[in-house]
Amino acid sequence: MLPKKWVLVPALFLAAVLAVTACQPPAAPPATESVAKILTVGYTTSQTGSYNVSSTRQVNGLNLWMKEVNDAGGIKLSDGTVITFTGESYDDESNKDRVQELYTRLATEDNADVLISPYSSGLTAAAAVIAEQYGKVMITTGAASDATYKEGYTQVFQAYTPASRYLTGAVDLLAHVDPSVKRIAFVYENDKFSTDVVTAAKDYAESLGYEVVLFEGYDSATTDFGPFINKIEATSPEALMGGGHFQDGSTFARQIHEKGVTAGFFALLVAPPEPDFADLGGAALGVIGPSQWEPLAAFTPESAKEAGLEWFGRTGEEFVAAYVAAYDEEPSYHSIGGYVAGVILQKAIIDADSTDPAAIRKAMDALDVLTCYGRVKFDTSAEAHGLQIGHDMVYIQWQEDDAGSLAKQVVWPLEGATAETLYPKP
Amino acid sequence: MLDFIVASLADGLLLGFVYGIAAMGLSLIWGVMDVINLSHGSIMALGMFGIYFAFNDWGLHPYLTLVLVAGAGLLLGILIYSAAVHRVIDAPHLSTLLATFSVDMILIGIGTALLSTSPRNVDFTLGSISLGPITLPWVRLAAALAAILVAALLHLFLYRTRSGKSIRAVANNRAAAELMGIPSSRVLALSFGLGTMLATIAGALISTFFPFTVLAGGAYQLRSFVICVLGGLGNPLGALIGGLILGGLEGIIPAFMETSWVPVVEFILFVAMLLVRPAGLLRSKT
Repeated sequence: MLPKKWVLVPALFLAAVLAVTACQPPAAPPATESVAKILTVGYTTSQTGSYNVSSTRQVNGLNLWMKEVNDAGGIKLSDGTVITFTGESYDDESNKDRVQELYTRLATEDNADVLISPYSSGLTAAAAVIAEQYGKVMITTGAASDATYKEGYTQVFQAYTPASRYLTGAVDLLAHVDPSVKRIAFVYENDKFSTDVVTAAKDYAESLGYEVVLFEGYDSATTDFGPFINKIEATSPEALMGGGHFQDGSTFARQIHEKGVTAGFFALLVAPPEPDFADLGGAALGVIGPSQWEPLAAFTPESAKEAGLEWFGRTGEEFVAAYVAAYDEEPSYHSIGGYVAGVILQKAIIDADSTDPAAIRKAMDALDVLTCYGRVKFDTSAEAHGLQIGHDMVYIQWQEDDAGSLAKQVVWPLEGATAETLYPKP
Repeated sequence: MLDFIVASLADGLLLGFVYGIAAMGLSLIWGVMDVINLSHGSIMALGMFGIYFAFNDWGLHPYLTLVLVAGAGLLLGILIYSAAVHRVIDAPHLSTLLATFSVDMILIGIGTALLSTSPRNVDFTLGSISLGPITLPWVRLAAALAAILVAALLHLFLYRTRSGKSIRAVANNRAAAELMGIPSSRVLALSFGLGTMLATIAGALISTFFPFTVLAGGAYQLRSFVICVLGGLGNPLGALIGGLILGGLEGIIPAFMETSWVPVVEFILFVAMLLVRPAGLLRSKT
């Protein structure tokens, strides 16, 4: 028989070991290794052609977003994946045929994970077909035409307020500044976007009792607006609305000014919100333009809370400062359009917690958020999937500041206005 | 309605003077040497860009720069003739057509590569003048006056100078002119240069009131064809009159139908003239 201590000591030792072991915290699971993933964002830019000015600003905004996200370390998913972004782009020459070729290349050869649209509704319509065909999520920006979202697409999501709501606010503004006005003329670029805008505005104006005295389109390449201006003078409208894109709109404004046409209310698409519009000098004074966004717009986390919405991203002030620092120019709404396309993508990936295209699409469908650009929410019905239904236009007018220089002021809606409307147009 | 028609006609006629200058250039080359200069439009665009860079980059007054642009157009035309047209001048028409087409493609290619196809503006204004129902920008009035002056100088050159008479002689009968001691090759080069000079002048004037791109000359080249047929080949006065007719039509037609119908009417007129009076309103006089 063994001595008692020969049994007791080992037993006590064993018990101690067991006790200590039991008190140890469970071993931590092995650390998740960060997996870096680079998402390719494919898009085209109009480096040449008539859309150059607006497209450049759009791409500047997108690139600013991409740099910010990457510099901040990317998007971290719950499984440890860290997403950063790289852009793949080509010059579409402001040409629809080139867009189709290039987006096909982006989708097939370059294997872009997500697509961002080119600038303009016409080019975007061409790109949307490709995105849908190859099952790539595409966020459209710089593209307001409603028609693209009535095609039954499921991959395409619109950042801009649709064309059908572009000029209806201008009609409301007109009614506010001078209820006695009854005669409106529409002279517009004969392209998809502009035609959609003025058709909706005409219908709205007529529903409010206005008489449309002239409704005529001009070819996109028009440089001589003399015949149209003579027709405008002959029909004596009290308000003139229309235009198209930057080049034709600014030429139209210049020639209207040269001819001394006296319509008291003059609203043009696209061109007036561009900072370059001020280069027209006296021709720009008093011209009104609808804008998707202005630097003066004050969307903040506080305003989101008041509206009962989730806030995401930077404030407008922060965006403006970052844009000016990066590009040494004031951002236009085309700039923030490119930026918010990236913000929308970023939020969708975070909400989906995945880069799976189906999960991103689902997250986009559920999105309802306030950003520095305004509210973003998409129609999820089969008839108009992807149409932007959360965002509203603001209306600017060029006015002289105290120093006599031209400056943009927000004149509508009243709750966002920074100045009274200058009426009649000088 | 009357005010509208008067205003439209005035606008159209002012523009017609500039169209006339552009067409004169094409008509002169066509009439003298039976060459259709397909680079006419791109040379007009060069005139536009000449004013653009002189005004925007160097701050030179557009009307003063016009003289420099005209000189450059003359030299360019002599160069194009020497390099591309001279060797095929006696070949079938297709050869000269292809030669000038090639020059056109080269100019457009270089222009697109260096300048892109983005629109440009010469932000030059002289204000407007109101005459009753008509308000006319001074730049258009100035362009019309410049066009009249150029047409008058061209007429004086062709009818009052030895070189001008040589041009008319070569246009009339090249072989006979050679026998008279006129160096026909040099005369043809000068004629081509005069034609391109007129094209650059027209482009320069247009740049003071319309935006333009490297490709902008094409539309004016088409109009120049119509005007040449209207006015008569090789007849500068005919080209000016043809320009006024076309400009007047472009001003008046929108009074009665949508502006999109203007090119349709213009080219119906073109075909009608070819059928009814192919020699033009004023027959060739060069």
